[in-house]
Amino acid sequence: MSPRVRLVLFLLGAAGFLTTGVLAVLGAPPVGTDVHPYRDAAVAGALAHATANVVSTVNYDQRALDTLGEETILLASVTAAVALLRPADDERVDVPPPDVVRSRSPATRLAGWLLLPATLLVGLDVVLHGHLTPGGGFQGGVVLATAVHLLYLAGSFAALERLRPRRWAPVAEPVGALGFVGLGVAGSVAGVGFLGGVLPFGTLGDPLSSPTVILLNVAVGIGVGFGLVVLVAQFLRQEVLVR
Amino acid sequence: MTTLLTVVAFGTAFWLVVVGAYGILRSDDLVHAVVSLSVAQSGTYILLLAVGYQRDATIPILGAGGAGSTPIVDPVVQAMTLTDVVVSATVTALLLALTVQIAKRHGTVDPDALRELRG
Amino acid sequence: MTTLSPVGVVAGPIVVAALLLVCGRWLPRPVVDGVAILTTAAVGVSGAFLTPGAVTAGGWPAGVGIPLVVDGASRVLVTLVGTLATVALLFSWRYFSDVEAHFQGLVLLFVAGLGGFALSGDLFDMLVFFELMGACGFALAAYKIEEARSLQGGLTFGIVNSLGAYLTLCGIGLLYARTGTLGLAPLGAAHLPADTATVAAFVLVSTGWLVKAAVVPFHFWLADAHAVAPTPVCVLFSGVMAPLGVYGLARVHAVVFGALDVTVALTVLGLVTAVLGAVMCVLQRNVKRLLAYSTIAHIGTFVVAVAVSSPEASAGWLTDVVGHAGVKGALFLLVGVLLARHGSVDEIELGGSCRRSRGIAALMALGGLALAGLPPFGSALGKGLIEQAVPVPVAVVLTLVAVLTGAAVLRVALRLVGIGPLPADRADDVRTTGEGEERETRRLERLPVTMLAGPVLLLGGSLAVGLLTPGVLGAAGTALVDGAGYRDLVLGGVPPTTPPAEVAWSASGLVVGTAAAVVAVLLALGAVYAGRLPTVLRRRVPRQNRAVLGLERLHSGHVGDYVAWVFVGITALGALVLLG
Repeated sequence: MSPRVRLVLFLLGAAGFLTTGVLAVLGAPPVGTDVHPYRDAAVAGALAHATANVVSTVNYDQRALDTLGEETILLASVTAAVALLRPADDERVDVPPPDVVRSRSPATRLAGWLLLPATLLVGLDVVLHGHLTPGGGFQGGVVLATAVHLLYLAGSFAALERLRPRRWAPVAEPVGALGFVGLGVAGSVAGVGFLGGVLPFGTLGDPLSSPTVILLNVAVGIGVGFGLVVLVAQFLRQEVLVR
Repeated sequence: MTTLLTVVAFGTAFWLVVVGAYGILRSDDLVHAVVSLSVAQSGTYILLLAVGYQRDATIPILGAGGAGSTPIVDPVVQAMTLTDVVVSATVTALLLALTVQIAKRHGTVDPDALRELRG
Repeated sequence: MTTLSPVGVVAGPIVVAALLLVCGRWLPRPVVDGVAILTTAAVGVSGAFLTPGAVTAGGWPAGVGIPLVVDGASRVLVTLVGTLATVALLFSWRYFSDVEAHFQGLVLLFVAGLGGFALSGDLFDMLVFFELMGACGFALAAYKIEEARSLQGGLTFGIVNSLGAYLTLCGIGLLYARTGTLGLAPLGAAHLPADTATVAAFVLVSTGWLVKAAVVPFHFWLADAHAVAPTPVCVLFSGVMAPLGVYGLARVHAVVFGALDVTVALTVLGLVTAVLGAVMCVLQRNVKRLLAYSTIAHIGTFVVAVAVSSPEASAGWLTDVVGHAGVKGALFLLVGVLLARHGSVDEIELGGSCRRSRGIAALMALGGLALAGLPPFGSALGKGLIEQAVPVPVAVVLTLVAVLTGAAVLRVALRLVGIGPLPADRADDVRTTGEGEERETRRLERLPVTMLAGPVLLLGGSLAVGLLTPGVLGAAGTALVDGAGYRDLVLGGVPPTTPPAEVAWSASGLVVGTAAAVVAVLLALGAVYAGRLPTVLRRRVPRQNRAVLGLERLHSGHVGDYVAWVFVGITALGALVLLG
């Protein structure tokens, strides 16, 4: 189709889509209303299971099956990215270039090294307190993965290669998914249902309350952290080494 | 006031979906197309959060002003949005990985110039 | 144990995939393959033993937690997923000789996504599994990174499917705003009235399922993705992934939108899909693409049956799904065998290549006959049931569609053994040829037995369905249209007591099916010998008429076009439901 025809077709379709959307909105209550039945059920559940962050109790307890699917999508995407960014049959992989550390300004390097431990700590904090405050395994895992790549900013590609994340991270990443399913099966075995809270819930607001949610967050943190390391490492390698 | 909020929130959501799709449609670079897809998806975030909003309600953290009499906004849509964000990020990574390989095999990332599949 | 089983269908493949991805590097290749095959086989077998009921994760009540629901329909689909994945992995025993277990891992995760989608009783959770299918699916479609067109097909698949998912999410969000719940059964219990807002929500929620099912005009990505995916993956795509889209449509309509009458809308969409698929199928010379369009044609038939939404029609299309999966899977695998031996999937290039190995061509011809509707294949049984449930003019169109798709495959089979002259090998810019397809294995002089076992097993399976006329398919059909029964099962734990629809051959089905097969053979012979017809007759055969050429040009491979069509599709569906 010519771009013009395509555009006309799209505009017609988009008009139809917008009409559909407006019709659906008209059937729903206006924004800001105080009728939220699922919210009420979720809050009751959060209180019963002593999880202060209600979003976490939805993600890791009441609707934990969604998060299992999500963690699996991550596993699939990382596996797929490794498979798709493999050197093709007709490509070769260069040796890592000599250390270009000198080309980085001392300020960048200093900032990198200073930020590295701080970032690691923040990441751990976000993962471990996901049941109490905004955060959790997904958010914290991303922060942790960023920390590893500060090494690239502070040092160089060679420094990152010396860590060899491409070798161990793809192996470490599925461990997150294994942990998640493992905890789920533990729930089944304990008789509280798949992905149910196996451990005693504790008191609301306590750092060690709702321990199952904490453990699931850790499992997801492992998956996301290592998963992102793999992803970035694959893209960097394509950029720098594969010819 | 409520009507205004409804119009603005859902209006923005649908606008983002349509404009993201338009971006894919008019794209001359697959990276741009993949990012446009993310734009379309961000419309769904706005939509979900708008659905869960309650006037004068606080954040969905119990004990942070939410345990007592103050109601909290709907945590379920926030959890859905979170799931949605992660899915979007991983799918974007995957599509970009494909784009890297397409650039090598087709020698172009212009959708108009990809002519391998037709008919 | 019974409480574990539906969870195991989802969690089992994920665990094994994760283990293989951790250890795959150090394990010998046969161990990786063996473990993966045992897992998918276990999924298939467990499908038959799942007890009807709903298991809610975490022990939460339905409406808060997410139930995995086992009923007649999800059991059949889980069995089908496991069986097809097993055959696909058996076939790929010698495939992709890379050291790590990426391919097997992705297939297992794909199986988890397919199974989860069939079992989930929650709208948003269905979408999560839909996305899991998608992520694995387009990675597998683009797995052959050396091949330019496979990358393009994978990307198109990814973008169009993701967009469909986001539009479905809009619908889910708005439905949630209205009802305050996400579970299918609680949504059904909300008894949505048949007003415009409900129609709008139905249209938006269905968009993703229609994209996955490849219903016209959401179908464009399918031919591109199927034509380029590795052969064993095609078996899963055509056999079960696309039909699961139709399942999503049927399930959500029956349980949530039961008040809406969508008969006219879905009949129209289904017929257009069937006819367009059949026409495009006949035009192809890339055999994989030909089979992909044939899948679209059959999807159209399924959608027409969903439109009727009677237990009989429902049992008919589920039977057809199983029968079609066997036949289509076998055909894809045979093309894979040809690719392994001759390095091409192009009809004209392959002409005469099976003069000495007529077995392959014979199996392919058998598949073509089964697609056309030859009894006693399962596909014919299902088609017969559908045709009895729909109005006569619709049944006539569906029969013709099946005949055309069968004839196209028969034409290929005839040319393989060198019957009839080959048309001139013109390269043109309208059509994708089958040349330059990368081999998926090392060149094979002798075929490993695992490669030929696959097609034989699948064709045998389709035959078995037709011969045994299993009652589970009737129960599946009844369960799928019984929205109230589903609600009772999930919310009250009461299995439905409605008697299963009867799955049996009818005299008219046998006669029509046999006649269709004969006509398909005649058409195929006609197509092969078209060049030898007397000039007087030949002038009457339309060559490339303008409409057909225009139709082919619409399938441009341009992702922007496909996106535009998705929105047109939403508009069309909405208008059809409102007017119908």
